[in-house]
Amino acid sequence: MTDLAGTGRGRSGGPGADAGRPLRGGWVGRRARGLLGLLATLAATFLGLLFVTFIIGRVIPIDPVLAIVGERATTAQYEAAREALGLNEPLLVQFGYYVRDVLSGDLGTSILTARPVIEDIGRVFPATLELATLATLFGVLLGVPAGVLAAVRQGRLTDQLVRLLGLFGYSMPVFWLGLMGLLLFYGQLGWVGGPGRLDTTYQFIFELEVPRVTGAILIDTALAGAWDVFRNALSHIVLPAAVLGYYSLAYISRMTRSFMLEQLRQEYVTTARVKGMPEWRVVWVHALGNVLVPLITVIALSYAQLLEGSVLTETVFAWPGLGLYITQALFSGDLAAVMGGTIVVGAAFILLNLLSDLLYRLVDPRAR
Amino acid sequence: MSALLEVEDLRVAFDTPAGVVEAVRGLSFTLGRERLGIVGESGSGKTMTGRAILRLVQPPGRVSARRLAFDGQELLTLPERRLRALRGRRLAMVMQDPKYSLNPVMSVGRQLTEGLRRRERLSRAEARRRALAMLEAVQIRDPERVYRAFPHELSGGMGQRVMIAMMLIPEPDLLIADEPTSALDVTVEAEVLKILDGLVRERGLGLIFISHDLPLVSRFCDRVLVMYAGRVVEELKAAELERARHPYTRGLLRCLPRVGGPRGDLATLTRDPAWAEQGAE
Amino acid sequence: MANVLPSPWRAWLTSRSPRSRRQAWLGQLYLGWLALLRNPLALLGLAIVLALVLAAAAAPLLASQDPLAQSLPDRLLPPGSPGHWLGTDEFGRDLWSRVVHGARVTLYIVLLVVVTAPVFGLAVGTAAGYFGGLVDVVLMRLTDVFLAFPRLILALAFVAALGPGIENAVLAIALTAWPPYARVARAETLTVVRSDYIAAAQLQGAGSLRIITGHVMPLCLSSVIVRITLDMAGIILVAAGLGFLGLGAQPPLPEWGLMISSGRKFLFDQWWVATVPGLAIFVVSLGFNLLGDGLRDVLDPRSAGR
Repeated sequence: MTDLAGTGRGRSGGPGADAGRPLRGGWVGRRARGLLGLLATLAATFLGLLFVTFIIGRVIPIDPVLAIVGERATTAQYEAAREALGLNEPLLVQFGYYVRDVLSGDLGTSILTARPVIEDIGRVFPATLELATLATLFGVLLGVPAGVLAAVRQGRLTDQLVRLLGLFGYSMPVFWLGLMGLLLFYGQLGWVGGPGRLDTTYQFIFELEVPRVTGAILIDTALAGAWDVFRNALSHIVLPAAVLGYYSLAYISRMTRSFMLEQLRQEYVTTARVKGMPEWRVVWVHALGNVLVPLITVIALSYAQLLEGSVLTETVFAWPGLGLYITQALFSGDLAAVMGGTIVVGAAFILLNLLSDLLYRLVDPRAR
Repeated sequence: MSALLEVEDLRVAFDTPAGVVEAVRGLSFTLGRERLGIVGESGSGKTMTGRAILRLVQPPGRVSARRLAFDGQELLTLPERRLRALRGRRLAMVMQDPKYSLNPVMSVGRQLTEGLRRRERLSRAEARRRALAMLEAVQIRDPERVYRAFPHELSGGMGQRVMIAMMLIPEPDLLIADEPTSALDVTVEAEVLKILDGLVRERGLGLIFISHDLPLVSRFCDRVLVMYAGRVVEELKAAELERARHPYTRGLLRCLPRVGGPRGDLATLTRDPAWAEQGAE
Repeated sequence: MANVLPSPWRAWLTSRSPRSRRQAWLGQLYLGWLALLRNPLALLGLAIVLALVLAAAAAPLLASQDPLAQSLPDRLLPPGSPGHWLGTDEFGRDLWSRVVHGARVTLYIVLLVVVTAPVFGLAVGTAAGYFGGLVDVVLMRLTDVFLAFPRLILALAFVAALGPGIENAVLAIALTAWPPYARVARAETLTVVRSDYIAAAQLQGAGSLRIITGHVMPLCLSSVIVRITLDMAGIILVAAGLGFLGLGAQPPLPEWGLMISSGRKFLFDQWWVATVPGLAIFVVSLGFNLLGDGLRDVLDPRSAGR
């Protein structure tokens, strides 16, 4: 169930409980379903998401009208604003307006920044994406080999170590691990940059000299050839990415291990051995080739959860991304911003779902 | 005739939480360039025998033997490298169900040429040529199409032909066929057996044919070992099946229906625990 | 270690032909227990969980001071100071006492979630499985929608709507935690709903509600319980996360996440203030994870992969 933000842990329970089992509702049962059916499901899910954010928006005790017109507005002003917001209509009609607005890219206006929420999010989302992408990369590059090794050396020391590493990941609060990382690698050792995406001086150079292309600092500075800024950005991102990536690693290594164990029992593995293939090829080409299929879903899921997990990590690292935006909005009662952020993360979940499905069809010849 | 394979006191045991289970208990036989059938019920240890010869038994299984030699080389102590060289070139095995024994995410062509490309360092084109020729040898009508296909696109009979082709490409000296037709339809079974039989005769391979089907084995092989509970209870020439003396073998024969035979109930197999203890004399 | 029971009991428990359903059930439980005993890590987990319960129960006895008592002269004392072996926080409150009392808060949150989310999930899942048809489609579609959500963010949105506080945090967690239970319960229900004894109960005129609560739900219980154990650590971590963000427990309550949040301000100079409560969270979550892992190995050996 619940997930510490961004741990990327299995949805259906604790460590590895869900090996080989369906991972989550819309995410699964896909083999039987056609692409069209999948799209319909995803559309329904998105509508459901909007419905829930809509309902939460209604239930919230803060009066959205008051937030716009201010405390000292007259009754007439208040009513006019209420009318303009469509709050006098029946709930279902309001929901219709709401869906129409969201679909046309109108997520409302942020009280905090007085700008359209969609613009704000467009500005902060790249930072989150950059962080989550790097973290997922970290989790995949280390987690998959760790899981494979654990499966091959099942029950032995390597296996136990990987298992323990995973269990630790499932048991540590991400914000605490982040703080401990800051304490050790920034405070004590000084190996990495501190909170934020850049040092102040470099921030200045970055703002002035580096054109925004993707919004991801590492990519933009590399494109502009601003290597000193790049190095500084790297020193800042490496710790939060490693912390988030650790959770991804815990999850991915665990799932890889159990998928691998299942595949290594299959007959085709014996066939490869009979053909005289060396053991590394049996494991890393034959068995892993089959594991990639379910692993795609796991990686996509983990990526989605890191996007979500950014809320706590970004708070710890003062990372100016979507997570920080949402929490700050939360404390200022900036409802439109919170809901907008929720919708964007939800939409990202749904898109990743779709993407993993497409990739899946590409990798598994049986699904083509 | 120098023996291709010598097996003496072969044992396969599994450590389970409930204690040690012995799947094969002191099996001995020698094999020349001939066709040997191993027959027994499921659980009699015949499959494990085949896998033990190729050293494919994985932990928690353990294999031991006083002698397990292929062409004079002791297999159990052979270094991994040289064992792999044997497996790739001189020893081969066809398994029961092509649905499971072919890698589902690798194209047939890649699986067929993998050995040639890796082991014999053939060029892609040369490997492809050999694979296509082999597919033709197992009487696949459209080898180009099958070469490009993935295993799930093949029927069972087709898959098993691919499997046979894959195993025979390196021209091995010994082929172990482990119930190669029991997952197939009866009509397809006959075809696949005919292909296998033809290739084995033509190329003069040694063959170990593992099956539960005694008459089938006797038609196909020169000699038959009857296994029960991990031991050989009787060894027969295939042509002399009717002269089987061991009650277990006779029991196996009796429970088969026969055209024109008496129409009463078929006999059920009775088992005597003593058989498991004594083995063949 | 396995021979702690007097033999007549053991014989009764391990009997291959139990005479009552209860005997069979207890026998299974006993065998499971024996298997658990063979797994040292799971035992460690069990010990940690028991320690948590004990600490929560005996907090006033274990704590050396009042967890809320401020003493500004003693503020930010390092671990090992006399009278404060884990040190003190920025108000001079004893960290050891606060951590011990924090066990109560944590256990309280966990228990509250455990009596809400699984119950709701169980109700939805059994209803979907039992009635089938349109009810099933609607309920499971709803479950899928909730499953596909970004959960922490949804919980944040809920808390934002309901206002900060422990109970609201629990409600938010529960609202986002029920769908997996619904899926499990539905799957279990589908396996029993066509059996003869359900039909017999229906023939006797039992109502749907009675059949679901009396016959179907008890059968789903064991798998739901396994899930709960495995979910505990996750619940603890999310609750701590909400506390850390200031959306869960409110000061001066000694909630571990909240304590980390306040220790953050002194991270580089007084590291212990944030470190100590984090260690507590880590150890307790690890305990639940180890225990859950062991339980799963026992109850579902196939997925144990061993």
